[in-house]
Formats: sequence, structure tokens, C-alpha cells
Amino acid sequence: MSEKTYVKRYSALARANHWVTAISLVLLALSGMALFHPSLYFLTGLFGGGANVREFHPWIGLVLAISFLGLFVRFWKLNLWERNDNVWLARLRSVLAGREEDLPEMGKYNAGQKMVFWLMSILIIALFFSGVVLWDAKHEWMATTLGLTFTIEQSRIAVLVHAIAAVIAIVVWIVHVYAAIWVKGTLSAMVKGEVTGGWGWRHHRRWLREEVGKTAKGNPPAE
Amino acid sequence: MSYINPKLDLVRRSATSDAEPALTAENQVAKLIDISKCIGCKACQVACMEWNELRQEPEEVVGVYDNPADLNPNTWTLMRFTEYENPQDDRLEWLIRKDGCMHCTDPGCLKACPAPGAIVQYSNGIVDFNSDACIGCGYCVKGCPFNIPRISQADNKAYKCTLCSDRVAEGMGPACAKACPTKAISFGSKTDMIALANERVEDLKERGYAKAGLYDPPGVNGTHVMYVLHHADKPSLYAGLPDAPRISPIVETWKGVTKYAGMLAISAAAVVGLGHYFMAGPNEVSDHDEDEARKLKEGRDV
Repeated sequence: MSEKTYVKRYSALARANHWVTAISLVLLALSGMALFHPSLYFLTGLFGGGANVREFHPWIGLVLAISFLGLFVRFWKLNLWERNDNVWLARLRSVLAGREEDLPEMGKYNAGQKMVFWLMSILIIALFFSGVVLWDAKHEWMATTLGLTFTIEQSRIAVLVHAIAAVIAIVVWIVHVYAAIWVKGTLSAMVKGEVTGGWGWRHHRRWLREEVGKTAKGNPPAE
Repeated sequence: MSYINPKLDLVRRSATSDAEPALTAENQVAKLIDISKCIGCKACQVACMEWNELRQEPEEVVGVYDNPADLNPNTWTLMRFTEYENPQDDRLEWLIRKDGCMHCTDPGCLKACPAPGAIVQYSNGIVDFNSDACIGCGYCVKGCPFNIPRISQADNKAYKCTLCSDRVAEGMGPACAKACPTKAISFGSKTDMIALANERVEDLKERGYAKAGLYDPPGVNGTHVMYVLHHADKPSLYAGLPDAPRISPIVETWKGVTKYAGMLAISAAAVVGLGHYFMAGPNEVSDHDEDEARKLKEGRDV
């Protein structure tokens, strides 16, 4: 057995930010799906009934929007698209087969992770704004303090946009969670904040080289 | 008179996919509102408040006869006044329409409702809201082609005209029909009400209203509240009564293809993930990877 080395990947704050987002997203998905299809209405039981779902869902959405904004500010630069990402995408077959020796060396994030990041960003913007239109309980407040009013036709569009965006977001979420389960050693990045050197070497070699370079110069590791 | 012995069997129930028995023609009821007979006295509004024990706080007068200015959780029926200058004979016509739930045969509110049993349709055609099951989500407001349901700020539940389903169950007509002094509101079996309407339309045509007709819009498969209009060719003259109401295509898409395609997409994503795991196996870091990483680190650390 070779001795393992460890590399820091996420600071405690970044992890907390991620998990607040994650928990709100799961609660939103459960409460949202409860009202999406009658066969899932039983999920309202998790929240103490349909009226509670209706009351809690938008507030949780607000938490998610603010929390995700934190993640966005933290990570958007690292998710900018690069030429190598096209190569990675073109060799998706190798990606899915786990043949990473066929792929270019990746930075902190590969093309798949970047796509999850940008899709979620767009979807959460769509979900937030359509959600505001659907938050009937706060319409009076919105009208008096913000001067915002909505027509029934606008709320029909909002409810359709909200449903479609939510479905796509849940699919993207499944991809995100599946990737973390499939690629062994990934979860510890978000749980303990560090990964093994081997994990970095295998999946994000350019990032590992950069991190090792930084520590050598005595700089603190990036979050 | 078939409505004397109405059945309160449900034929439709919100957010329920079980097959339901079809509406039968025999026991369907209807309320016929003859706008040409209405004098705008608002006795129907008062009777509705009285029977249903609704008390709306008085509002500011906004300069028209409509009072309150709009339907609200405590006002299930409302007289809407329109001053129409008929260009044909240059005469002012005062069009007064008693607004309220139309009790559609194809109810958009029920289609949109996510809470099982919060909206039901009885076999006599009445569409009713069940407050016990209502969660106040406001989807019925989006589903309704007539802009009728209102959500109460007090208890977060949706309210609208029940067509006095409680009175009808006991063989009585709705309170508004009972209170109307000019018999502008009639109640009975839908067949009888259509026959009555046809008589009235004939009469109106003889008196010069060539476009008089019955408002029983086919876009929602007919309604259980119908109007006799002097200008049936232009329903929107009557305070914006929809010319061709139907459940919005956006609502149909949301509650139709989106619901099924969405469930399919989510399940498919989970199945594909599971399948991939079994086919490709876990993506594991090898000892070789760890060795290379250590070498890299040691090389730089020196």
C-alpha cells in the first residue's frame, strides 16, 4: 500500500455554503414535487401537510437563492469555459468509461462540473423570478412596497417556467450527485474539505500541480 | 324536475388520477341569468352574503356602481355595471352582469389544483371548493378562464360561489335566484334552463335585439351558470365576459405534457445513473495515482 497524501479543496466556509444550498435544494425538490404530481402529494406529510408546503417552499427558496449567490461569487471564475473543456466534451465516451488518461489535464473543475454550475445558475435565476410571481401570499407586500403586480396570464407563464426549470434542475442535481458517488473519493472534498493527492492526480491534475506549486512557495492553499 | 333530487356524487376530484364516472345529462342543474331582466338591485349579492354568512368590510367608492370593486373571498357574486353606447341606434345601454363562478363542465380550477379533493365536481355539474383540503396555493386562480377564485388573506384558502350546493342538495335553488325580484335568475335542470333561455332569446329578437343569444361557452364544454345576452355576438361588452373562454393552453401544457414528461425525465435520469454504475463500475483512484501525487509533492517540496 502506498502512503496517501492529502490536498485541501474546500474551506469550511465554502463547505457550509454548499451544504446550506444542498439542504434547501432537497427540501425545495421534495416540497415542489409534492405539488407537481398527485402521486407525490404524500410528500406534503414530510412538512406537516399541503398548507405548510405552500407556506415553507418560497421561504426555503429565498434561502437557496441567497446561499447559491454565495456559491456563485465563490466559484464563477473557476468555472469559466476553456479550450480544453471542448476536448473533454468531445471525448465524453472516455469520461463515462473512466479512461481519464485519454483526457487533457483538468483544472479545479472539468467541463461536466462547469456545465452543472452554469445550468444551475441559469435555472435558479429562472426559478427565483418565476417563484416571486407565484408567491401570492406576498403579493400585497410586493405591490405596496415594490410596486410589483402580476396579471393572471403572467402567473400562468411563471408556473409553467417554474415547473420546467425545476424538472431540469432536479435532473442536473441527479447528475451532480451521481458524479460524486461514481467518482470515489469526491465526497470527502465536501465533507472533510480535502481529497487525496491521487484523486487530484487522476481527475484534476492541472489543479493538483497548481496547488502543489502554491504550497511549495509557502502560499496558503486556495479554497 | 330532476334538480329536486340531486345526487352529490363526485364526478371529478382535483389531483386524482382514478377514472371518474361521466356527467350524466339527466341530473345536471344550471342557473340562468337573464341580463335583459336584471335591474341591478344587488339583492342577489345580499342574499349570497346572507346565506353563506359572508361579511366584507366596506370599501372606498371608486366612482362606479360596482360595490365592492371586485370579487373577493367574502364576495362570491358581484354586479358589474357597464355603460355601453350602442353605435347602431346611438342609445346608451346599461349592461349589468352578475359575475361569479360559471361552474364549467371542464373546470380549469380543478384541472390546476394540486391538492387531492380540494376541488370537486358533483354529478349535477356543480364545481365546489373543499376548504379542509385546500392549501391556498392559488393554482385555481391560474386555471380559471373567468378570473373567479380569490385567496383569503385570513385563512389562506380559495373561495368562490358554490352554486349553493348545500341548498341544492336539499332540493332548493340558490339563494341569489330566490332573492331576485325580477326573476332574472332562474334555476333548474340544465335542459329546462336552455329551453327557458331559448324562449327569452326569441322574445328579445322580436323586440329588436337581433344578436340576442345564450351564453353557454363550448370552449369549457358548457357551463352550469349561463347568461341570456342581448349582444351574444359580443360577450366582452359585459364587463369583459370572455368571448371564447377555454382553459389556457399554458395551463394545459403545465398540467399535461410537462407533468408526464417531467416525471419521466427525473425517473430516467435516476435509472440511467444506476445503469451506468453497474455497467462502468465505480471510478476509483489507483495506488499508482497516489504514488504519482506523492512524487509530485515530494519533488516540489524539496
